[in-house]
Amino acid sequence: MDSKEQVHTARKRSIGLLAKATRQELEAAYGAIDGAPAHDVVRGPETGLVMVRGRIGGGGEAFNLGEATVSRATIQLSSGEVGHGQVLGTDGRKALLAALFDALGQAEGYASSVAAFVEGIAARIAAEDLKRAEQTAATRVDFFTMVRGDD
Amino acid sequence: MYVAVKGGEAAIANAHRLLADRRRGDRSLPAISIDQIVAQLGLAVDRVMAEASLYDRALAALAVRQARGDMIEAIFILRAYRTTLPRFGSSVPVDTATMRIERRVSATYKDLPGGQLLGPTFDYTHRLLDPSLLSDEAVDVPAEKEPLTEPVMRVSDILAGEGLIEEDGLLPQDHVPGDLTREPLEFPLQRDLRLQALARGDEGFLLSLAYSTQRGYARTHPFVGEVRIGEVEVELDLPELGFAVSLGRIQVTECQMVNQFKGSAKSPPQFTRGYGLVFGQSERKAMAMSLVDRALRAEEFGEDIVAPAQDEEFVISHSDNVQATGFVEHLKLPHYVDFQAELDLIRRMRAEYEKKQAGDDLREAAE
Repeated sequence: MDSKEQVHTARKRSIGLLAKATRQELEAAYGAIDGAPAHDVVRGPETGLVMVRGRIGGGGEAFNLGEATVSRATIQLSSGEVGHGQVLGTDGRKALLAALFDALGQAEGYASSVAAFVEGIAARIAAEDLKRAEQTAATRVDFFTMVRGDD
Repeated sequence: MYVAVKGGEAAIANAHRLLADRRRGDRSLPAISIDQIVAQLGLAVDRVMAEASLYDRALAALAVRQARGDMIEAIFILRAYRTTLPRFGSSVPVDTATMRIERRVSATYKDLPGGQLLGPTFDYTHRLLDPSLLSDEAVDVPAEKEPLTEPVMRVSDILAGEGLIEEDGLLPQDHVPGDLTREPLEFPLQRDLRLQALARGDEGFLLSLAYSTQRGYARTHPFVGEVRIGEVEVELDLPELGFAVSLGRIQVTECQMVNQFKGSAKSPPQFTRGYGLVFGQSERKAMAMSLVDRALRAEEFGEDIVAPAQDEEFVISHSDNVQATGFVEHLKLPHYVDFQAELDLIRRMRAEYEKKQAGDDLREAAE
């Protein structure tokens, strides 16, 4: 049996990846679920703002940098599981789908397919991150000394 | 004096219809899409996000299109939009140390952990117009190279290792970050509020002030310790779950400006810092912000306040281009009654002046 903390860590990671999924990824994966359980929308979907904070000097006291648009939704499956979706941007449907997957991830019979979907997103993001990192690495300056003044 | 009058409805409606026509322009050309603005005019979009103080690329691009490319108008539109939305909360402070770096340069260390990463920069281009962009010529795919595995260490941490630089900005414990969108500004400000104002301040205004410090109006002896651009996670605490979750990533530009400081009775000689953090890829703005941040800390370091860039009330009260444009541009709105009153006054004064002149002339003639 997983400890409460491990469950938290796994869910936190899953929610974070669902937030980075594209609308198309979420729609396709939801469409592929055979007989998705009924759900009630508890809250939203609604769009609002989150004040993004930075830190003075990078690591000091917090300050308010500016806001970002965020959409969120909360749903409850007929089997009782509650899911929260919150994503940057104004796409309420995306937040709703993220909430559905958050709930399905806790539901018996769906958890493994949700986990596979979330890992797919993780792999896609990791590949994009690697590509960008490789492109950035190609712009790293290799200094070489032309003339040394000490001999 | 303000007097309500009516009229002009038809003229206004037709003017807006004409604006829509001019905005669309030549109908034989395809209309520009929001996706195209985001993808191909990205730095314009970033500036609108930064100065509107709202991170949303699609909405910023919409504002750019709606404003026909007028940046301040676009910023105004996006600012106005944000007032229509409820606020869900404040994020966990973003961690720029774990940024996914797209560019990172330091002017203080040649060889530093993580290296000098130029990224997609205009630096070292020749600033010659490129005729290949007149047409839609194919563009090479970027070169790729194995990334270094070492972390891209913050330059301030390198200097901090020797104790030669001041710490990250600290404020009294349990200090709640001030928010100028919620409470009116009261001077003097603390540094957190100044940074919020500077982060949304007009790039041109801050650039000019930063330049003035270099030209001797409040010398800051600056070095770019580091500029870094990349993506950071935005996390929000969810009380329902009892932990913070990621909402996604945003791109930011951070500048650590390192400045000389000879020390005081309280602190040994060490480097001080100015800090800049801006939404999107906005290197010039982040650098200007960090210079102005440092200049505005004059009192903290017991420096003489002799220049505009050090004058907190002057800088912060005039850095917001939406406020500035509102007050300057309101002058073109009808002031008919004010002006009539002024006109009457001038006519009376002129009549009195002429009467007095005539009286003087008579006296002179009589003498």
